[in-house]
Amino acid sequence: MDVAAAKALGAGIAVIALAGVGIGIGNIFSALVNSVARNPSARDQVFGIGILGFALTEAVALFALLIAFLILFT
Amino acid sequence: MAAEVPSIDALGQFKLHTVLGPIGGSVNFTQSNLMMVVAGGLLLAMLYVGARPRAVVPGRLQALAELSYDFIYGMCAEQIGDAGKKFFPLVFTLFFFILFGNVLGLLPFSFTFTSHIAVTAALAIMVIVLVTVVALAYHGLHFFTYFFPAGAPKLLAPIIVPVEIISYLSRPVSLSIRLFANMVAGHVMLEVFASFMVMMAGALGAIGVIGAVGPLALNVALIGFELLVAFLQAYVFAILTCIYLHDAVHLH
Repeated sequence: MDVAAAKALGAGIAVIALAGVGIGIGNIFSALVNSVARNPSARDQVFGIGILGFALTEAVALFALLIAFLILFT
Repeated sequence: MAAEVPSIDALGQFKLHTVLGPIGGSVNFTQSNLMMVVAGGLLLAMLYVGARPRAVVPGRLQALAELSYDFIYGMCAEQIGDAGKKFFPLVFTLFFFILFGNVLGLLPFSFTFTSHIAVTAALAIMVIVLVTVVALAYHGLHFFTYFFPAGAPKLLAPIIVPVEIISYLSRPVSLSIRLFANMVAGHVMLEVFASFMVMMAGALGAIGVIGAVGPLALNVALIGFELLVAFLQAYVFAILTCIYLHDAVHLH
C-alpha cells in the first residue's frame, strides 16, 4: 500500500470517533428538550448548561478531526 | 488536468513570520504577537472609552462595558461562591483575551493566536499552577486529601489516588487542546472548502463556477458557526477556570 492511500485510510479511520460524539450531542439535546418541555420556566438556566455540554462534547469531535487533518496535511 | 491540480495547503495559514520589518525581525516579533497586542489594546480601549462617560443611563459602548463586567462577575459569583470576587480580574482577562483572539482571527488577513498550542498551553498551565497555589494557600497540606474522597473504602486507595492524580494533571492538557483544536479545525475547514471552490472553478470551467456556489454557501454558514464557536470556547475556558478554582477553594 502506498503512503497516500494509507494516509487517506488513516484519516477516515480517525473520524470514526464522530459516531460517539453524534450520540453524545443527540443525548444532550434530547435531555435539554425534555427538561424544557417539563419545566418551561427553567429554560434560561438549563439552556446555558446544555450549551456548555455541547461545547465540551463537540471538542471531542474536533480532537478526532484534528488528528485526521494532521494525518492528511502533514 | 492531473498535473495542475492544486493541493490543499491547509496548515500553511498557521505559519509564523516576523512583522514590522527589520525591527520586528531582530526580536522575532511575529504576526501572532502583533494580534495579541491588538487584542489587548482593543480590550483596554473598549473598557476605557466605555467606562469613561459614567452616565446613569449608559450609551451603547458603556452598556457593552457594563454588560461584559456583569457577565463575568455573575459567572465568578455563581461558580466559585463568595471567594469568587477575588478571582474576577483573572477570569475577566482570560475570557476577553481569548474571545478577542478568536474573533479577530476570523477577519480576513488576520491571524488567530489561539490556534497555536504554545499560546493555549501557556494559558492553561498558568491557570492550573494558580489553582494549585490557591488550593495550597487555602488548605495547606490538607489539600492532598483532594486526591482521596472522604468516605471511600481504604482498600480502594491504590486505585483511586492514581486516577485522581491523573485526572488532575490532565486538566491543563484538555483545557489547552480543546481551545487549540477548535480553532485549528475551524480554520482548516474554511480553508478546505475555499480550496474546493478554487479547484472546481479551475478544473471544470463554467459548470465549475456554478458548482462552486455550494462550497461558498457552506463557507458562509461555517463563518457564522465559527463566530459561535469563538464565543463558546472563550466561555468554556473561563467557566472551567471557575470550576477548577471552586474545587481549589472548597475541596470537593
